[in-house]
Amino acid sequence: MTIRPTGLAAAFALLCLQLGAAAAERVVAVGGSVTETVFALGAGDRLVARDTTSTWPPDAEALPDVGYVRRLSPEGVLSVAPDLILAEEGAGPPETVDLLAAAEIPFVTIPDATDAEGVARKVEAVGAALGLDDRAAALAAAIRADMRAIRERSEDIGEPARVLFLLSAEGGRLMASGSGTAAESMIRLAGGENAVTGFEGYKPLTDEAVLAAAPDVVLMMEGRAGHGGAGVLSHPALAATPAGRDGRLVEMDGLYLLGFGPRTAEAVADLHAALYPNES
Amino acid sequence: MVAIAEGAPPAAGDRSLLARRATWGLVALALLTSWASLATGAAGVSLTDALARTLSGEGLTLQERIVIFEIRLPRLITGLLVGAALAVSGAVMQGLFRNPLADPGLVGVGAGAGLGAVSAIVLGGVLPPAIAAATGIYTVPVAAFLGGWAATMVLYRVSTRAGQTSVATMLLAGIALGALAGAATGLLVYVANDQQLRDLTFWGLGSLAGAAWPKLAVAAPIMLAAMAGTLWLARGLNGLALGEAAAAHMGVPVQRMKNLAILSVAAATGAAVAVSGGIGFVGIVVPHLLRLATGPDHRRLLPNAALLGASLLVGADMLSRTVIAPAELPIGIITALLGAPVFLWILLRRRGVLDL
Repeated sequence: MTIRPTGLAAAFALLCLQLGAAAAERVVAVGGSVTETVFALGAGDRLVARDTTSTWPPDAEALPDVGYVRRLSPEGVLSVAPDLILAEEGAGPPETVDLLAAAEIPFVTIPDATDAEGVARKVEAVGAALGLDDRAAALAAAIRADMRAIRERSEDIGEPARVLFLLSAEGGRLMASGSGTAAESMIRLAGGENAVTGFEGYKPLTDEAVLAAAPDVVLMMEGRAGHGGAGVLSHPALAATPAGRDGRLVEMDGLYLLGFGPRTAEAVADLHAALYPNES
Repeated sequence: MVAIAEGAPPAAGDRSLLARRATWGLVALALLTSWASLATGAAGVSLTDALARTLSGEGLTLQERIVIFEIRLPRLITGLLVGAALAVSGAVMQGLFRNPLADPGLVGVGAGAGLGAVSAIVLGGVLPPAIAAATGIYTVPVAAFLGGWAATMVLYRVSTRAGQTSVATMLLAGIALGALAGAATGLLVYVANDQQLRDLTFWGLGSLAGAAWPKLAVAAPIMLAAMAGTLWLARGLNGLALGEAAAAHMGVPVQRMKNLAILSVAAATGAAVAVSGGIGFVGIVVPHLLRLATGPDHRRLLPNAALLGASLLVGADMLSRTVIAPAELPIGIITALLGAPVFLWILLRRRGVLDL
């Protein structure tokens, strides 16, 4: 043991780079969509830990949890002895990322995306980091094809459905998605139209704004509507909208709907089918 | 009379000897928790093993060195300093305001620092990239410190008239300023996006996870200097227990003392909050616990509070790092979860003696 450990680790890191990181066998996945993609590429057995937002597939939940995506614990990550960290954009805090870099553990950031092309690119980036370029290319091509098919179907629809996405309806207070959100991207991809565009992000909505938005469909994450969903549509303002009159509430799993992982094309197709049930 | 005075054992209620012994006990406790904190962690690096190998010249692996010297050691020192700073500041505030409910938050540091941190988190994204790159990981701590400092200065100016600071005015103005800072914080929370909201929540719960040498190099001298400053206050705070007029007649320079107390509390707490976020209850529980156990003499109370506060925070941090490893529980949850029941228990047991 006369070789300085830093030298050894540096040599190892170099080796990893030369092999296209194919040697990474102890991977920490950070971010729900990244973890999902690793499993979708059939590399779930190479994961040794995940973050709190990685809840799909069920196998992922059996892995040790190194904390919330933006609050990773440096010693926690080091404790699982990773040889590669695959992190979604925005993972942190920067202090932890700096320490992991100092420990010479390869840290790959997967670019964030909320559009069709970006989802495919995410898959390719994860594939490249794991040395599974071929499988990733096939999966990305399938995603691109599926998304194109839905886009073509959506083009045939004359009047797009007005969709109101509610983050929560706790205590009768409606937290709605304005523009620039993941929810809005999904609504557009599925061929719908966001009913609320007056503000950015998620904000509480007044009753009058609900009436003005006049949504045809209310979209929520599963488990947020309460009382089997009937609770939301009986909200006095919502009940007076087309969605309330026709009882149209769509509920989808949060990570499935807004995660922008490899299941995005499927989720978009499901949402499209829920928005346009009469389409042949 | 003379014979009685000379030969008399310490009067009942004189607990100075006990307080002095407690100091040694607390030094031992601080050393013990420090060792335990260095030796435990998710990565399972053994300290004795690492020490043995360093001494035998075998050396440590890169990861072991990172875990011990870049993660656990700066964290330990941050924990010791922050715990001591919060506990000493609490003791000083309770002495100065002659109010058992006083804590460092009273001089506006908490509200100001909170507003500073929230502003940095929410508005940090719109900073010109050049400035953002230059400030980097310091943006939030620096903003928190400046916010805390600014709030204290405003409060001090409001409550000082003709060179006299009224603690009653300060208390009331502090509540008003707190409400104002709360409103401004609420406005920023409203415009914040999802990620920023998560960051805000975590900041409010406190954590020592951001501890790093460069941050410590800035914050440690401030905390140490401020705590050293409070050592001059001990005698004066004892006099102040009899009331401001009585203290002045005893020759205590009341106004100078107030200035020093407010400045050092603002600096110590500001720096502590800047590096660790919102950590509650240390400033209240530690001084009260010691007053009940070893008496109200500030000459012993202040150093003892520093030692107990340091041990408590390091212990709490150890729990925060290990209970849900490899993830971390925010330390503010642990200090409140441990502190509040202990405090209630003391209140129940000593209801008659304490007489709030």
